[in-house]
Amino acid sequence: MKKLVTATIAAVIFSSAAYADTIKVGVVGPFSGPFALQGKNFKAGIDAFFALNGNTVGDDTIEVIYRDVPQADPAQSKALAQELVVKEGVQYLAGFYFTPDAMAATPILEQGNVPMVVMNAATSAIVTKSPYVVRTSFTTWQTSTPIAKVAKDAGVTKVISLVSDYGPGVDAENAFKAAFEKVGGQVVEAIRMPLSTNDFSPIMQRVKDSGAEGVFAFLPSGPTTLGFVKAFNENGLKDGGIKLFAPGDLTQESDLPALGDAALGVQTTFHYAVSHDSPENKSFVEAAQKAIGNPAELSFPSVGAFDGMYVISKMIEATGGEQDAAKAVEAVKGLSWTSPRGPVTIDPESRHITQNIYLREVAKADDGTYYNKEIQTFENQGDPGLAAAK
Amino acid sequence: MQTVFSIAVDALAYGMVLFVISIGLSVTMGLMRVVNLAHGAFAMIGGYIASYAARDLGLGYAVAVLLAVVGTVLIAIPVERFLYRRIYGAPELTQVLMTIGITFCIIGIANFAFGPTLKTIPLPEALRGSVDLGFRSIATHRLFAIVCGLVVAAALWVLIERTAFGIKLRAAVDNAAMAAALGVRTEIIYAVSFAVAIGLAAFGGVVGAELLPVEPYYALRYMVTFLVVVSVGGAGSIPGALMACLLLGAIDTTGRYLAPEYGEFFFYLAVIVIVILFPRGLAGRFK
Repeated sequence: MKKLVTATIAAVIFSSAAYADTIKVGVVGPFSGPFALQGKNFKAGIDAFFALNGNTVGDDTIEVIYRDVPQADPAQSKALAQELVVKEGVQYLAGFYFTPDAMAATPILEQGNVPMVVMNAATSAIVTKSPYVVRTSFTTWQTSTPIAKVAKDAGVTKVISLVSDYGPGVDAENAFKAAFEKVGGQVVEAIRMPLSTNDFSPIMQRVKDSGAEGVFAFLPSGPTTLGFVKAFNENGLKDGGIKLFAPGDLTQESDLPALGDAALGVQTTFHYAVSHDSPENKSFVEAAQKAIGNPAELSFPSVGAFDGMYVISKMIEATGGEQDAAKAVEAVKGLSWTSPRGPVTIDPESRHITQNIYLREVAKADDGTYYNKEIQTFENQGDPGLAAAK
Repeated sequence: MQTVFSIAVDALAYGMVLFVISIGLSVTMGLMRVVNLAHGAFAMIGGYIASYAARDLGLGYAVAVLLAVVGTVLIAIPVERFLYRRIYGAPELTQVLMTIGITFCIIGIANFAFGPTLKTIPLPEALRGSVDLGFRSIATHRLFAIVCGLVVAAALWVLIERTAFGIKLRAAVDNAAMAAALGVRTEIIYAVSFAVAIGLAAFGGVVGAELLPVEPYYALRYMVTFLVVVSVGGAGSIPGALMACLLLGAIDTTGRYLAPEYGEFFFYLAVIVIVILFPRGLAGRFK
């Protein structure tokens, strides 16, 4: 069986040279189901890239093939990735919203001679699973580390950590703890909340009882963030002077209209805010909002997808459209460019993106909408998670 | 001691929100014997209508609640006439397949019409902010939910146990053919109770929206919770559902305070124990 698969893959590789003028990119992501909004952002980012740069590199045309994995489902993700490589003959795999989905597809890469460009999945270890993985999103360690310094600068020394009880939540807890203890702070208690929590009142009571001066929180973007922020305000924590610190997942742009006044003044650190002030971002946002339809739905996965397509276009340029994963990945190591989020570099060693992390505060614009206002920049942040894992 | 009171208040509020949303399902499952998995979907429709009325049209909260209840019932009437009427008395599996299908259709339509983002229902000035109870502060809308729960419980109990309509309903449920032979218009009785159940779902969806925010997957996300409340309380029993909500609310809230890392362990452990001890629920009245 294995031989057969190898033979099929080999056949595809040899035959694909004949069709070098159309280069297929397989994108795996959640395009239906509860996370469809994030998949929609992938698509908007990719469409924006084509709108701004065209879909040709040299005389090769890029064709994107989408495959839907509605929820984190490693088996399905692997099957679809394999189908893309074997049947569709894609030269590049991209997308991947959830870490398990990306991890499951990595064994195919070397066998199929296909590079993978991760456009979202944010666990540090993914890049170590195969030398053909490049990531253009962020890691939870990367976005959670700078907020520790922000907390310290705000005069807070005792913090209670509240994270959702799953991989990225645990990553966030560890990242914050490591960074906060380094600057002399103390994490008095670390609570892991079940993902299905609806009522956060009892947890807020725990916060009160712990005597902490600040809260570090990580929740996946989506419905629960609303309940969390509201419970924080309504249980008198905000009025009691307890400060809330979080990575930007808590206040992603598409949740802000619902969070509204409740989130006003919440400080988060993240790699991208739709409001980022630069000419590159202005043209990106314009194109991406047009692609997504409803401007309020645009949020961070779109920029990961946009930059992912940029990296793939550079790979195609370097290989002249031939299928050569090693050469393609080699070509983008150390690649620097100005992304809509600011200056970025693909770290040659980890193949993860080095970027600015911004401190933002939820503010109200003149037209009554809410946005993440960037107030401080932490320049050239690598991924501290990989170092910690070693 | 202060902490104990504090948890008790949280538990009461959470339990009452659960009650308001789940009681309609208890009515359909217990009195009409329809396993209505689309209950959450109707609650969600109520939430969407209220959100649209209050946020996009700028109407008042009371008007929005009223519109949500009436609007959801209006939407449900043709659904009852053409789909539900075929499955009254059908085997459970048929009912489950039909209603889960309806749920998926409603999710798809909501996603298409309103988009995948969260929808909020702006509260009136009087329900915003917090009330100081002396030992802690609690959000005003939670007190409002508690009051709503009590009013709904009392009104339903009176309706089913103390009115002529209630007698006819119970008769129609126990033996439809005999009730019809005695001159009870069972079709109308069923249609009205279905409308009441749907109206309660919509009301619960609106009142509970602060805790369970409205988004397209609402219908599936909380389905298990609603079913658990009904099966623990005993389908069709209003005091049973009330007891179940308060008990489960207390266990869930205490578990979350003392040992959040165990997740829903205590909640489901309690469910298993109760269902073993009372296979028909705390106050199940039918075989």
